[in-house]
Amino acid sequence: MGVYEFRMPALGADMEAGTLVEWHVKPGEQVKRGQVVAVVETQKGAIEVEIWESGSVEEIVVAPGEKVPVGAVLARLTTAGEAPSPPPVAAAAPAAIPAAAPGARPQPAPAAPRARISPAARKLAEELGIDIARVAPGAPDGVVSREDVERAARAMKPAPAARPAAPDWHAQMRRAIAAAMARSKREIPHYYLGTEIDMTRALTWLEQENAKRPVPERMLHAVLLVKAVALALREVPELNGFFTEGEFRPGPGIHVGMAIAMRGGGLVAPAIHDADRKNLAGLMADLRDLVTRVRGGRLRSSELTDPTITLTNLGEQGVETVYGVIYPPQVALAGFGKITERPRAEAGGVSARRMVTATLAADHRASDGHRGALFLAAVTRLLQEPEKL
Amino acid sequence: MGAVTREQIKSVLWDVLGAIAPEVDLDAVAPDKPFRDQVDIDSFDFLNVVIALHEKLGVDIPETDYARLMTLRSTLDYLADKCGVTDKRDS
Repeated sequence: MGVYEFRMPALGADMEAGTLVEWHVKPGEQVKRGQVVAVVETQKGAIEVEIWESGSVEEIVVAPGEKVPVGAVLARLTTAGEAPSPPPVAAAAPAAIPAAAPGARPQPAPAAPRARISPAARKLAEELGIDIARVAPGAPDGVVSREDVERAARAMKPAPAARPAAPDWHAQMRRAIAAAMARSKREIPHYYLGTEIDMTRALTWLEQENAKRPVPERMLHAVLLVKAVALALREVPELNGFFTEGEFRPGPGIHVGMAIAMRGGGLVAPAIHDADRKNLAGLMADLRDLVTRVRGGRLRSSELTDPTITLTNLGEQGVETVYGVIYPPQVALAGFGKITERPRAEAGGVSARRMVTATLAADHRASDGHRGALFLAAVTRLLQEPEKL
Repeated sequence: MGAVTREQIKSVLWDVLGAIAPEVDLDAVAPDKPFRDQVDIDSFDFLNVVIALHEKLGVDIPETDYARLMTLRSTLDYLADKCGVTDKRDS
């Protein structure tokens, strides 16, 4: 028998602390490796946190509503085998940081049933100092909406004048992005490469494919880009992984972080795991699920911590070329702009082709321009044979 | 879904867009200007709109028709055509 300490994970290079929002388990309950056991509020919204050890919950250390630093013990688990070595602790002693004044600290959530909560509702509740766990959903779909929070706020007595100002969620996310990007520009010697890729064949193939598919199974061209990037990384693996402790460490798989803008500002880049091994339909399903959860649900901790490269597609906003900033400790970011019809000279003639500008921002500590160029060449080649992706 | 009115189609469209962009007052969106910019909808959101309309109204919208879904008014006209509604008036 051993004891495993489940700690506040670092959900990104920029995270210093998180607020435990709710537990999905209670003392005495069995948990399995990979199970979502808690929800943590971070600067990137509410994240479902998985546990990476199996066993029985011995003790819940941190109560809902408490804000604790990364590395703080959240719960203790009794495991069947030897006591595993605890993960490295990134922060000092885990003293709880009250999320609000003692009088305003949220009460533990009711045991059941547990309502789903939209991120917008959660943000508003935080801004208004409302205990989200006590807001009942008004709509039959069981999802707590902003309207439900507003209704709960109206029903509340006036807040005491001494209550401290509610944290500004947008400002927090801005600070988180600022910290990560400042670190990136401070530490990572970026090099940049770009190329124009003819997407005509790929898009024609996709249009024919979509015409054959039922509406809910249609695919977007973004999945072609994800798959091409993932397969190209097999050929140039030094772009897939992390630069930590002075050296490049290859990623355990090809987990493509998709930069997804959030409504109202900010962005996150959760992982599509093992993107090189999934077919296009599977990637599309994963991508839709991720986008939906970024904008209306919850991400899981592994999705935030696992990306081995980031892909950003800013073409929707009309941008033609992306000059990416690498998300540390990753070592590369692939960027795609808007697909536009451009004149292309070929074999002595000029024709109109649908083109996209692909760019690579890469860490010169982990790779050189020659390898980066091979990566973009591989992406270009793979996109000419979409039926093989 | 059986015979529907233009008003019912509008209600469905407002519900679908409202689920994606709950912070937007759709009645304040200019009906004859592209709505994707006004409502801040990207290609994923747009595909979700097409799928939701397929589920709620039973209409198949081929990709080749996407250009007809540029504005709220043209989208309502298109859906009304697809659903066999002849009344073109907006309430």
